[in-house]
Amino acid sequence: MRLKAALLLTALAAAACSPAHAQDLTGKDLTGTLKKVREARAITIGHRDASVPFSYLDGNQKPVGYAYEICLKVAEAVKAHLKLDTLEVRLNPVTSATRIPLIANGTIDLECGSTTNNADRQRQAAFTNTHFLTATRFVAKREKGLDKTDHLKGRTVVSTSGTTNIRQINEINTARGLGMRILPAKDHAEAFLMVETGRADAFVMDDVLLAALVAGSKTPDAYAISSEAQSRPEPYGIMLRKDDPAFKAVVDAATAALYKSPEGTALYEKWFTQAIPPRGINLKLPMSEAMRKVLANPSDSPDPAAY
Amino acid sequence: MNYTWNWGIFLEPSPEGAGSYADMLLSGLAWTVVTALCSWAIAFTLGSVVGVMRTLPSRTANAIGAAYVEGFRNVPLLVQMFLWYFVLPELLPARLGAAVKQMPDAPFYTAVLCLGFFTAARVAEQVRAGIRALPRGQAQAGLALGLTWAQTYRAVLLPNAYRIILPPLTSEFLNNLKNTSVALTIGLLELTARARSMQEFSFQVFEAFTAATLLYVALNLVVIAGATLLERRVAVPGGR
Amino acid sequence: MLAGLDLSVVADSLPYLFGEGMVFTLTLTALAASGGIVLGTGLALLRLSGVPGLTHAAKLYVELMRSLPLVLVIFWFYFLVPYLGAWAIGADTPIRVGAFASALVTFTLFEAAYFSEIVRAGIQSIPKGQSAAARALGMSYAQVMRLVVLPQALRNMVPLLLTQTIVLFQDTSLVYVLSLTDFLGAASKVAQRDGRLVEMYLFAALVYFAVCFAASLLVRRLQARTAIAR
Repeated sequence: MRLKAALLLTALAAAACSPAHAQDLTGKDLTGTLKKVREARAITIGHRDASVPFSYLDGNQKPVGYAYEICLKVAEAVKAHLKLDTLEVRLNPVTSATRIPLIANGTIDLECGSTTNNADRQRQAAFTNTHFLTATRFVAKREKGLDKTDHLKGRTVVSTSGTTNIRQINEINTARGLGMRILPAKDHAEAFLMVETGRADAFVMDDVLLAALVAGSKTPDAYAISSEAQSRPEPYGIMLRKDDPAFKAVVDAATAALYKSPEGTALYEKWFTQAIPPRGINLKLPMSEAMRKVLANPSDSPDPAAY
Repeated sequence: MNYTWNWGIFLEPSPEGAGSYADMLLSGLAWTVVTALCSWAIAFTLGSVVGVMRTLPSRTANAIGAAYVEGFRNVPLLVQMFLWYFVLPELLPARLGAAVKQMPDAPFYTAVLCLGFFTAARVAEQVRAGIRALPRGQAQAGLALGLTWAQTYRAVLLPNAYRIILPPLTSEFLNNLKNTSVALTIGLLELTARARSMQEFSFQVFEAFTAATLLYVALNLVVIAGATLLERRVAVPGGR
Repeated sequence: MLAGLDLSVVADSLPYLFGEGMVFTLTLTALAASGGIVLGTGLALLRLSGVPGLTHAAKLYVELMRSLPLVLVIFWFYFLVPYLGAWAIGADTPIRVGAFASALVTFTLFEAAYFSEIVRAGIQSIPKGQSAAARALGMSYAQVMRLVVLPQALRNMVPLLLTQTIVLFQDTSLVYVLSLTDFLGAASKVAQRDGRLVEMYLFAALVYFAVCFAASLLVRRLQARTAIAR
């Protein structure tokens, strides 16, 4: 009983911090996230610390990035759909490990980062149209000469906790009996740092993120990304709460319109072929044929074979 | 509530391939226990030395003991963990630093050292309080019998002091056990870390955390039962 | 080796470290300590109330919290609080709870268990004769507590409550595991961005030490004063 009272107190304190419980009669026909956004006149975007160039903090510690900008466009579309004069965009930092529970428990409404859309995750969350394709590879110091999966035998390998990559490398480790020691890191920056400082021999991650980390490092030439990939190219999507078809329809329509328009291509070019903050590096990743198809025919399929 | 419960998840194989999710949590439990015991060995030994130093009639010994306690007590454990893990190897000569970093199970050794030194400061305070609580006559009697200071501490003061401080030492032991979870930030795969990986792999947040919670509660009960037994065992017959 | 430290990275990030990080840490500490002391006092009163159900519930809560690592509790509440909120106000979907509010709830509920033990010891240190005398005068349990026992007990407890608050101040650094920007979080974000771990973590340790050491000296002086007055 005391516990319930304590919890109630907690909830009241929490509720006082968010106006989401305010009644709004005009929104009563809405459901789920749309209803929540309408009542709070606010939408919450989950962003990452160091998923360059998708969602990361710039020199002033403000979130920027390709996926982050897509989310801002989606927020605008939601605002237009709900015919709101103002819509506050709230920001909440997430990590690979916290993003899925935070989507499910309502802390964030859109997760803008580098989240792989796969069948497993579809049971926990929904994804809108794919915004990138990437395969799993690893980065290591060039001097170590690690290039193929088998080279990792007996090595200490790091990956970011909560990612599909750490799962894949664990499975490969077992299947091939490589005897790797696999350490989880909190975020990509920390994982890369483990390789930089010699704590780990290799960092297993999506190749695009590895390329960005290497380009942004102090000595880009000192690192090499493996030529052998540990997975097929998999789709990235912006994550939403599952079982919320009304909200998903709005987001799907907004992203499809954006990707098919010249603005979608321009957005890609801004983040992948031009200098980006905070240090003005250029990733020099011109749009591939597969990526061109992804933008021209928006799809939310989790199946790598569909792309 | 849009959450799908699945209590059968513990029996499903974990993607690490080495067994089920239950095995994964149990391996975390083992790391927690081993880390706690190893770090406690350091904390108890070093803490006793520092605690004794603070009761000696020497100013220097007192000052060193006090500096130790203040230093380790006034910096958050997590920051100390980072100092040991990220900062120390960089301050060592390059060769040695690299060797330290490439040690297999580096997170484990780092965690043991860090927790050992951290908890030692707390143990020292208890030991000091225990010795102070003894009547002054005990030390004087020991010295009058011709014992040296070292012998007086070993044969008279410490055995009595440890008996007095057994309950607070038990709670320091439990704190140390719980503090092992801070080492997940440097990659130690202890119980909380394993519960979190289970959540990440299976997405069953609440099942994973409930299991971890129950395991911690069970560990606490075992320690408390053990401490009660120990207390009965070492009680001086007729004393107090 | 120490001569090679790049102190400019520390100097450049000072506004961010203190303006954002330290403000977060101090606000969280102050609010959680206040909430924790209030809730902790409530728990202690329940535990000493002598009503079997209440005593046991309070005891169970305190013992449970005290047997869990704070890191695990932080994860629990970060994911659980929105569901609890929805359940408490009867909403069908989880309510939105910001990261700060979530951390505040976590630390308040967690530290309340520790504060309650301090308060309980404080109340028990007041001689039984006092409350017996007050009861004999016809006062209710609430009146005895409010007018006789708590004013004295709280006064004796102040140093311990403040010491626990210093511990809480250090404990808030654990929100690092959620990537929130407290003082340590801010320092580690700069450290990772600029690859300056040594400088940033040493600086963070120094700041924590300075704050906690100064605060504990103050508490000791206060303790000496209240000891005389007793």
